[in-house]
Amino acid sequence: MKLKQLESYLQNVENFDEPKIEFEQYPTTPHLASRIIYTAENVFQDIQGKTIADLGCGCGMLTIASLLMEADFVTGIDIDKDAIEILQNNLDEYEISESAEIICANLSKSSSKKELLLDTNLLDKMHKKFDTVVMNPPFGTKPGNAGIDMLFLEAAVYLSKGAIYSLHKSSTRDYIIKTCKKWGYSCEVLAQLKFDIPKMYNFHKKNSVDINVDLIPN
Amino acid sequence: MRLITHNMLKCHVRGCDDSSKNFPLEIQDAQLEQIEAEKNDAFLVRMFPRLEWNALVSTAKNLSINNLPEKIPENIEEDQALLEILHTVLLETNVKEGRMVCRGCGHIYAIKNSVPNMLLAEHEI
Repeated sequence: MKLKQLESYLQNVENFDEPKIEFEQYPTTPHLASRIIYTAENVFQDIQGKTIADLGCGCGMLTIASLLMEADFVTGIDIDKDAIEILQNNLDEYEISESAEIICANLSKSSSKKELLLDTNLLDKMHKKFDTVVMNPPFGTKPGNAGIDMLFLEAAVYLSKGAIYSLHKSSTRDYIIKTCKKWGYSCEVLAQLKFDIPKMYNFHKKNSVDINVDLIPN
Repeated sequence: MRLITHNMLKCHVRGCDDSSKNFPLEIQDAQLEQIEAEKNDAFLVRMFPRLEWNALVSTAKNLSINNLPEKIPENIEEDQALLEILHTVLLETNVKEGRMVCRGCGHIYAIKNSVPNMLLAEHEI
């Protein structure tokens, strides 16, 4: 499938009616989703025939994009029941419900110091069950949410046997690259998107082949 | 929720640490529906080693699905009959409504409109 085609197919994905500030919901646009998933498949072969997790899947833009690019199966995880309801409608509309599953869950828990921690017990049996993780996580800019972006990345590293595609705020770039190195991942910026839309990253385990991609759309 | 997903869900209530009881969650009052999914042998063969086999067999039995072998099968890629069964059990059997109960702490996780709800209250986690 061509990039333009994928982007155009995604135009009918219904998004949040009323994004919830507490979950830092903002829609993943068809433009963004198509570029992430298209690159993940055509440059890295991480989508077609793969088992994928979409963390903080929301209304499912990345889930649907992955399935349109012929992922075998996508499991979406989100905390928000309203978003999940829209996602289910979307999956029905696109007639791809049989290839997707949805779990309503919170990846984080609060420590006694009010710090956010990964709920490892929740994820225990999902360890390395997925080939690829795609996600547009909350940025952690809302008070009380600090660190949630890194927590999503930590979850992704736990779940994925292979690559991770994730969106982050440009200002966190150096920190993310450093942290991922510590986790044994190499990390590259795949695209820098204008305005308030964050950067798109690709994470591969260090022993995988690195391909330099520099996508900077206009 | 299909059984491929149930196979990854464990009770995560704080202090519920007995691994012989916090997984698999026991499905109760299940309203099952058969859905049609395209058979994909390559997918099944690839996912097979990632399954918790004993949990899958006991859960299936609870739902009166008795055709899975007790012992972890070998060479499943050559076993068309088993692939057919796995396809039906993992991908075509959907728990539309019901609940999952932890055999350790008794916590109940609801399944509504095919979605398992793993959210816990702050004091439970």
